[in-house]
Amino acid sequence: MITARNIKKSFGEKTVLFDISADFLPGKCNLIIGSSGSGKTVFQKCIVGLFTPDSGEVLYEDQNMHTMSTEERKKLRQEIGMLFQGSALFDSMTVEQNILFPLEMLTNEPQRKRLDRVNEVLEKVNLTGSNKKYPAELSGGMKKRVGIARAIVLNPRYLFCDEPNSGLDPQTSLLIDKLIKDITTEFNITTIVNTHDMNSVMEIGDHIIYMYQGYKEWEGNREEIIFSDNKRLNEFIFASEFLQDAKEQRMRDLRSKG
Amino acid sequence: MSIFTHLGRYMLTLKGMFARPENPKMYWREFMHQCVEIGIGSLPIVLIISAFLGAVMTVQTSYQLVSNLIPKSTIAVVVRDSLLLELSPTVISVVLAGVVGSKIASELGNMRISEQIDALEIMGINTKTYLIAPKILASLITVPMLISLSIIVAIWGGRVVGDLAGVIDTDSYDRGLREEFIPFNVTVAMTKAFVFAFLLSSVSAFFGYHVRGGAFEIGRSSTRAVVVSCILILLADYVLTLLMLNP
Ligand SMILES: Nc1ncnc2c1ncn2[C@@H]1O[C@H](COP(=O)(O)OP(=O)(O)O)[C@@H](O)[C@H]1O
Ligand SMILES: [Mg+2]
Repeated sequence: MITARNIKKSFGEKTVLFDISADFLPGKCNLIIGSSGSGKTVFQKCIVGLFTPDSGEVLYEDQNMHTMSTEERKKLRQEIGMLFQGSALFDSMTVEQNILFPLEMLTNEPQRKRLDRVNEVLEKVNLTGSNKKYPAELSGGMKKRVGIARAIVLNPRYLFCDEPNSGLDPQTSLLIDKLIKDITTEFNITTIVNTHDMNSVMEIGDHIIYMYQGYKEWEGNREEIIFSDNKRLNEFIFASEFLQDAKEQRMRDLRSKG
Repeated sequence: MSIFTHLGRYMLTLKGMFARPENPKMYWREFMHQCVEIGIGSLPIVLIISAFLGAVMTVQTSYQLVSNLIPKSTIAVVVRDSLLLELSPTVISVVLAGVVGSKIASELGNMRISEQIDALEIMGINTKTYLIAPKILASLITVPMLISLSIIVAIWGGRVVGDLAGVIDTDSYDRGLREEFIPFNVTVAMTKAFVFAFLLSSVSAFFGYHVRGGAFEIGRSSTRAVVVSCILILLADYVLTLLMLNP
């Protein structure tokens, strides 16, 4: 389990995170939702240690990320996989080299075994045979999938995804969401996903944290989120009329059942 | 930010480079890759500039040494020593600050903006060690080699053009090359080469590694990298000349 306690973060005068605490559960898709600029990315980067919070602590199974030694942190990092918003593929390398990279850098296996592993994860993300393509030749959705493949190639215990389906069409989004969900349950990973996409929330949100202008405004699961009476959360969720209708329908159904 | 903040961050960045490589084989591969990128990549421009440098120096020196009392071979002496002491190391380094420096800065800047550096960090890789050290080491190896080559090509260029332009015949030129040769001048040339190589690679890597903001910043920071490297090279040139050639 990952625990964040009283995380505060400012950039100069501007405070981006106000005292946020949260638990992230293993084997579940933990979602951080909120509109653009609410601080999701900064929060996630504080958790993985790319930003240092001004105060507060981040615990990985009771180990404090920000006070451990550099060597310990390196070790922990090797158990973390991360999919970045822009995929962050190494653009001078092919798909295969991208996924091979962490294996070559951090394992002592023979090259043949490493290549087998690359093909295994490529199959997992449905990109068998794209080994020799360069990132520039891939579509947005394919890049994300290569990003996921690279993130999971070392069998991480923790998986972070920053807006995994921003800029993708609804169908591809759904595929990516399913993929993240499958990987999470299959390997019992603690997954933390940033998103502002309500479809993802309903699709994969086991545990949801709603952020509003740097505050944690609400926390719950996907059953609760629809019926919450938090005003700001409702404004965020029901920006889509379709969902508003669905909620009313559901309410009517429940009422008629008694 | 003040110049001291920058200086402090530059020092910290360099200090951060000293860490045990996660996998020496991968670091070696990256180092070799950088040697090719920096060394082979800038070879053509270095060769062209050097040939012209030598040619112009020869014609100009002959123009300046008008007196009949001075033997023709003196032209070659002056050309040789000017190239060795100042022209090849400094001009080539300034050119390389443009060619190699902007390449290093924009490569790292792009990796920073597109979060590739963060992706490496998350894997548990020390990015300062992996991304900056091989570039500086490769520069320390290849830039002095390029400058040595430049000296040879420039002297050869002067010989060919001196003869073609009827300024100095090849016999006198060759004789001049061997007159009053001071081996210490080679030491000066190589010292400058190493110092300039370090400056241009580390300064550009620093600017690229710390880019913030959008893609627009990549261009700006690589321009800044080139400007600052050039100024520092000329400053170091002055200091080294004072230290080494001031009796
Ligand atoms: N490196 C940074 N420097 C200064 N301000 C930043 C930085 N990163 C993010 N911010 C600010 O923090 C706020 C939250 O940003 P972010 O976490 O990216 O939002 P989200 O991911 O929810 O869209 C924004 O107002 C943004 O301007
Ligand atoms: Mg974001």
